[in-house]
Amino acid sequence: MTGSDVTRSGTRGERPGHEAAPGSLQPGGTSPGAGGNGNGGKRRGKRGKRGEELMVPRAEFQSYYGRPVIKAPGWSSVDIAGYFYTGGLAGAGSVLAAGAQATGRPATARALKISSAAAIGVSTAALIHDLGRPGRFANMLRVIKPTSPMSMGSWLLSAYGPAAGAAAVLETTGWFPRLNTLATGAAATLGPAVASYTAVLAADTAVPAWHEAHRELPYLFVASATAAASGMALATAPVRENASARHAALLAAACEAAVVRLKRRRLGMIAETYRQGKAGRLMRAAELLTAGGALGAALLGRRYRGAAVASGLALLAGSACTRFGVFHAGIASAEDPKYTVVPQRERLEQRYREQAEQREAEHAGDGEVTDGDRPAGGGATAA
Amino acid sequence: MSEIDIRSLLSGPEPDPATDAGYDRDGHPERVGFFTDTSVCIGCKACEVACKEWNAIPEDGLSLTGMSYDNTGDLGASTWRHVAFIEQSAVTRGPGTTAGAGPETGATAGPGAPATAVPGTAAPGDGGPGAAVPGPDGRTELRWLMSSDVCKHCTHAACLDVCPTGSLFRTEFGTVVVQEDICNGCGYCVPACPYGVIEQRPQDGRAFKCTMCYDRLGEGQEPACAKACPTDSIQFGPLDELRDRARRRVEQLKDAGVADARLYGEDPEDGVGGDGAFFLLLDDPEVYGLPPDPVVTTRDLPRMWAHAGAAALSLLGGVAAAFLTSPAVRRRGGSVTRATRAARPGPGRGIGR
Repeated sequence: MTGSDVTRSGTRGERPGHEAAPGSLQPGGTSPGAGGNGNGGKRRGKRGKRGEELMVPRAEFQSYYGRPVIKAPGWSSVDIAGYFYTGGLAGAGSVLAAGAQATGRPATARALKISSAAAIGVSTAALIHDLGRPGRFANMLRVIKPTSPMSMGSWLLSAYGPAAGAAAVLETTGWFPRLNTLATGAAATLGPAVASYTAVLAADTAVPAWHEAHRELPYLFVASATAAASGMALATAPVRENASARHAALLAAACEAAVVRLKRRRLGMIAETYRQGKAGRLMRAAELLTAGGALGAALLGRRYRGAAVASGLALLAGSACTRFGVFHAGIASAEDPKYTVVPQRERLEQRYREQAEQREAEHAGDGEVTDGDRPAGGGATAA
Repeated sequence: MSEIDIRSLLSGPEPDPATDAGYDRDGHPERVGFFTDTSVCIGCKACEVACKEWNAIPEDGLSLTGMSYDNTGDLGASTWRHVAFIEQSAVTRGPGTTAGAGPETGATAGPGAPATAVPGTAAPGDGGPGAAVPGPDGRTELRWLMSSDVCKHCTHAACLDVCPTGSLFRTEFGTVVVQEDICNGCGYCVPACPYGVIEQRPQDGRAFKCTMCYDRLGEGQEPACAKACPTDSIQFGPLDELRDRARRRVEQLKDAGVADARLYGEDPEDGVGGDGAFFLLLDDPEVYGLPPDPVVTTRDLPRMWAHAGAAALSLLGGVAAAFLTSPAVRRRGGSVTRATRAARPGPGRGIGR
């Protein structure tokens, strides 16, 4: 239709008059603000009951008819939150298994090796199941890419999986004890990375509830993984061997509680997504189950096998709730444009304020400011 | 190749992404892009149609959104150009939102263009330029903002960074393209994109997005949307030229009294290192459904890996502490108590930050 091109020697074939300023945009036309307040800026019903806790006093914001700015991941919660959970259970389980083996707790070691192998199998299966093209899973191993946590994770799984599997098989069959020790050691070395890299996988996205928590999520994930693995140990091992699992559970529960609080403080208004709706229910359940499991194990797990099993199951369930809670908080934060727009707008305003101050200081300095250095991108220095 | 600046690989200004992606410095064509001047967009959607036609994108629903003339909704796997319609009137306009446009405009507009003090505007001071001027029969003035959105082909593209298969790649033109024969549909690029552009196609499973008509570029042609745009709202060309051109256009509009005209995504200093497809907007970006201050998520990746490493070590340390503090089942007691003392320093598992 048009032959307009931008070339090195200028523009060719422009439409006549396309440099005009449309009349509706000139003074007398209307100006900004409407887009959101009428349509998009509507508040969701779900906030409200805790409105007074907001770090951001006025969540007035503009959006395009309330539609999300970013796309929420298309991942299935069962697959991907399940993959986080089972990966953590496996990774931390391998560390506990190695510790149990080294300190003469054979029943614990055996149970955890088997659970780790099973969990990493489930984890990998969930990851593959969630692919749009599961048959192309092997493409994950086409490149090694440190900028892609999923690439690094795939390589990690392909090293850790066989080690954990070998440790489990050799433990149950009793073959090649030395190889068993080697596999156990390898799994225990890679295990912590398996438990923590999934946090980077979640945080390395534009999803506000995950990305803005990128400092805390790895610690939350390893604490949750340790809680799950020690829960597994409590549920499967005899009472006389479970002292270390009880201690690990207490430590993990304490750390998880601390990290959750730290994260909440750091996140500001985005923290709502961890308190409201499905994510809020899951996070509260996780807190209760993890704390209850750890305390139950500490108080009663030393004496009563039944109490140890129940505490272990509570810890396992608590860890699962944490992972699903984090997952759903991320989805909620992606689906509401508020969590994308408001923090970014604040960041921008802050930057404009600083720039204005700087300009003023320069002005005071020599009176001559080189205009035009700053691109004209910031028409919106709302006071 | 050897001159790659490691600091600019993840964020910050990067003058030549194609070279940093491994193309020969002198052997690749100039970086190209789109400049979408929304001030002349008439909302005809020729770009949407041309894009669908040329790229043979499947139909993805003929539903009505009921919110405006925009029945496309948003960019996605099967929508690579999306025309946004924003209807604004003085009635729905938020109070004082333009008040801030003043100082910024005053600082950036050229000499002789005191854009804040628009002559002939009867508006009271607090309303800024273009405040409510009722029509002859008492109606308030209405305006439509229309804007054709597209993949931004970021200088630092999060989708490309996080793609685990290498399916997403940087072309010799500096654009970002998905190789459909490689993509395994992991969907990681979808939440990574700070603009919500790329998406998985439900029945297909793989991720799709604008290719800036890679096939046409190779033949020396302009992309289908730019070709079809009847008002030159979508302009295609070498990115440097487009940036110059866009700055001139903003000046021109401001001289004409359009104080709210501003560029979006053209600044190489921004969170994504500048967009390959940038815009001239007449309102805040979020009004158009664009993020006000997008940042490539991988900017923070080194810190994330550092925290993950520290977390992994603290897992090891924590479990070690748990074993050292528990009485051994069949071990000598002495070593355990000594270890117990050693394993109880301060805050257990070292929650760093």
